[in-house]
Amino acid sequence: MHTKTLTEISRGLQAGDYSSQELTESYLKRIKQHTALNSFITVTEDLAIAQAKQADAMLAAGNAPVLTGVPIAHKDIFCTQGIKTSCGSKMLDNFIAPYNATVIEKFNQAGAISLGKLNMDEFAMGSSNETSFYGTVYNPWAENTVAGGSSGGSAAAVAARLISGATGTDTGGSIRQPAALCGITGLKPTYGRVSRFGMIAYASSLDQGGTMTQTAADSALMLQTMAGFDTKDSTSAEQDVPDYSANLNNSLQGLKIGLPKEFFDDSLNAEMATAIETAINEYKKMGAEIIEVSMPNLKLAIPAYYVIAPAECSANLSRMDGVRFGHRCDNPEDLNDLYIRSRGEGFGTEVKRRILVGTYALSAGYYDAYYIKAQKIRRLISNDFTEALKTVDVIMGPVTPTPAFGIGEKTKDPIEMYLADIYTIAVNLAGLPAMSVPAGFIDNKPIGLQIIGNYFDEAKLLNVAHQYQQVTDWHQQTPQGFE
Amino acid sequence: MQWETVIGLEIHAQLATNTKIFSGASTAYGAEPNTQACAVDLGLPGVLPVLNQEVVRMAVKFGMAIEAEVADTSVFARKNYFYPDLPKGYQISQMDHPIVGLGHLDIEVAGETKRVGVTRAHLEEDAGKSLHENFADSTGIDLNRAGTPLLEIVSEPDMRSAKEAVAYMRKIHELVQYLDICDGNMQEGSFRCDVNISLRPQGQTEYGTRAELKNINSFKFVEKAIYGEVERQKEILEAGGSIVQETRLYDADKDETRSMRSKEEANDYRYFPDPDLLPVYISPELRAAVKADLPELPDTKKQRFIQDYHLDNETAYKLASSKELANYFETVVKQSNCEAKLCSNWVTVELLGALNKSNLSIQESPIAAPRFAELLKRIADETISGKIAKQVFEFMWNSADSADDIIEKQGLKQITDSGAIEAIIDKIIADNPAQVEQYLSGKDKVFGFFVGQTMKQSQGKANPAEVNKILKAKLKR
Repeated sequence: MHTKTLTEISRGLQAGDYSSQELTESYLKRIKQHTALNSFITVTEDLAIAQAKQADAMLAAGNAPVLTGVPIAHKDIFCTQGIKTSCGSKMLDNFIAPYNATVIEKFNQAGAISLGKLNMDEFAMGSSNETSFYGTVYNPWAENTVAGGSSGGSAAAVAARLISGATGTDTGGSIRQPAALCGITGLKPTYGRVSRFGMIAYASSLDQGGTMTQTAADSALMLQTMAGFDTKDSTSAEQDVPDYSANLNNSLQGLKIGLPKEFFDDSLNAEMATAIETAINEYKKMGAEIIEVSMPNLKLAIPAYYVIAPAECSANLSRMDGVRFGHRCDNPEDLNDLYIRSRGEGFGTEVKRRILVGTYALSAGYYDAYYIKAQKIRRLISNDFTEALKTVDVIMGPVTPTPAFGIGEKTKDPIEMYLADIYTIAVNLAGLPAMSVPAGFIDNKPIGLQIIGNYFDEAKLLNVAHQYQQVTDWHQQTPQGFE
Repeated sequence: MQWETVIGLEIHAQLATNTKIFSGASTAYGAEPNTQACAVDLGLPGVLPVLNQEVVRMAVKFGMAIEAEVADTSVFARKNYFYPDLPKGYQISQMDHPIVGLGHLDIEVAGETKRVGVTRAHLEEDAGKSLHENFADSTGIDLNRAGTPLLEIVSEPDMRSAKEAVAYMRKIHELVQYLDICDGNMQEGSFRCDVNISLRPQGQTEYGTRAELKNINSFKFVEKAIYGEVERQKEILEAGGSIVQETRLYDADKDETRSMRSKEEANDYRYFPDPDLLPVYISPELRAAVKADLPELPDTKKQRFIQDYHLDNETAYKLASSKELANYFETVVKQSNCEAKLCSNWVTVELLGALNKSNLSIQESPIAAPRFAELLKRIADETISGKIAKQVFEFMWNSADSADDIIEKQGLKQITDSGAIEAIIDKIIADNPAQVEQYLSGKDKVFGFFVGQTMKQSQGKANPAEVNKILKAKLKR
């Protein structure tokens, strides 16, 4: 059953081919068989079974929503009432959220089954899932390689078919990069499309929840449930939610695809260039027109990001102070000792590094030189995209510079690690929607094609991705040992 | 050397909303600790602030009342510092783009009107409370107050004395109550003040180094704290020393200030725009609605009182200073049909005097305006004299009886019957031949003796005008 896509599972459930309980039990069994991947932080077996029984009753009664009974799981960044929500950190290892994130609430309403909480880089800071307090997630495609991050648990679990789909979040590439490295389909929606309420903040102006699935059609179903304005999130958009599945089969004849020359310069790995070119050729065959575009400020994305995101996180993580919840040091001598030791013990190295960088960038005398300047660059990058998207429908390029790298390979040099997100970060700065679609293999490791669209044009992205998946089968490949 | 005192005030007025500035929790005062703090107020992971639109309307109202520039777009910023009663580790406030810009306010001190500039007013959330008592070896945290909306009103350094500072603070205090945006309750901390003070040699244009006195919650303490601080700075300067820029705490029990932290120890708050909140846009519609909703303000009211009721400036200022007092006065004028002058005298002298003595506000007056009006009516129609009215007032203060009932019960009705008065006077003239002799021989002063005796005999009830008239006739020289 696990080989089915989320869309197929939904159809089977609606048709009564199998029950949600059967399905849930079968997935739970697979999760237990593949704990070595370390993709889950918490498996909520009893709750899942209970939800499945309820879903079966709903299905039997008829008129059940499309996701009823479909087993998925959530990145451990989404608060789940009564269930540990760790955000991959020792700091929140004991944190039981007293409320549900809006996204969780929506999936519950839709009748989806949650099998548990997925591993992730600590507070979503990382590109390899190696910063998680719960340990590295293993890429099911190749031994001792990373699954990517920060939504590494989500990507690995979907790739290994332990779940039919997962939520993820993307601040600088955290959905798209692990999706690419694990050979699945990832969608980061437009900033504001999905509510951030109950999604533990890393960098509030960049964070966006999204989907990680086998196919674009699956993604459309999940996004349909997640998207929409939320009164609890002032930054969520008051925009109508279209039917994301309605236009999947639209023809791509005449589609204008922009290729930023800055993505395809000499620094792009030759094998990656070839793989992306092959994918683009498929689009040409479908009648798309290829147009070169230029986005001169793209090269400034990483430095700008590594000012803005740490600045925001330095404030966002201040609430983890050992006073009201989370890790608290033993026998604090006084207030300062409580702060210093609780935070010192609770946070990992990468989180501390970003808090320090952000604190520095916001300090008196440095604010203008760093934060304000980074904001200006951010606007320039947005303008570059806006200009390009005036002449093209979508922009394409690689998701990552290389396929999955080895565990431990980049942990010693943070800059090296940051460069893993060189093709994804600019999209977050601009707030645009983008997808990662399986587009081949290099050294038997999957790689992704990135598709970037205009604001709130997720339907177009899904259409473009879905059409590609009608003529390719990269997304149907299953890693060895997980068939 | 002659020193000039320079004072600027930062006033925190708690906005009178039902719910908090960024959450739906209640703002009611005095609940059990932590019963009015929701997930947002507790700063739990994942929660987001949502702006209470009511606070925007209130801030705009204030801005319009002080003729300030109300910004089309204002921005919330995070002010970062760690403290246990600050749940998020930052306070949501406004920095570069406050909602209210430059405005002004006129104060009156010793009959002089002075204009004080208001630099800005911005919205922010309050922190919780640390409870240091009742917990051995630890500190209790009560987050009920966390997230309560505040309007911080920052003045220009335009005040030159403690009296001016207090007059300004009072004026703001009255204004926010006039506008119904703050209950003004200082005991509960709804209205509190930081005072910036510096000295400079008379005639010098540059400001001296200032000290900031934190969190003073009474007019009296503000005045005392300023006197004390001015003396402290003067002593240092006259001894050739220099003032350290620092924050000082006023200890009301000891009536002295002491250093909290110096400039070097001051926090770097690392302000930056809060990415969880959109900029606040003030629409023309909102402006128009707030403007239409603006009540008559103290200065306008004062002018109207001078014009319509022919009150003197000082009385009009006093009566217009509080909306409740002004309403009380106008109710009395209307219902008593008495001359406004009489009403204003009785309200400002007798009533306010009694209220002050009992430490009561006008709202707490044991005599409501309609009952008070009845009393004045009886003065006007000469049922009782002004003097007797004071007795009636006493009775009214201590009971719920009407003026008429008291006059009736106590037999205080004025004697206007000239026959009755004549009888009393005839007897006095007969009993005091020596005084009659003196008066008739030209000692005018003795006339007062006869008036006094008549009033005494009548127990104060004789109509004074009638007494005069009859005495004049009987003692014709």
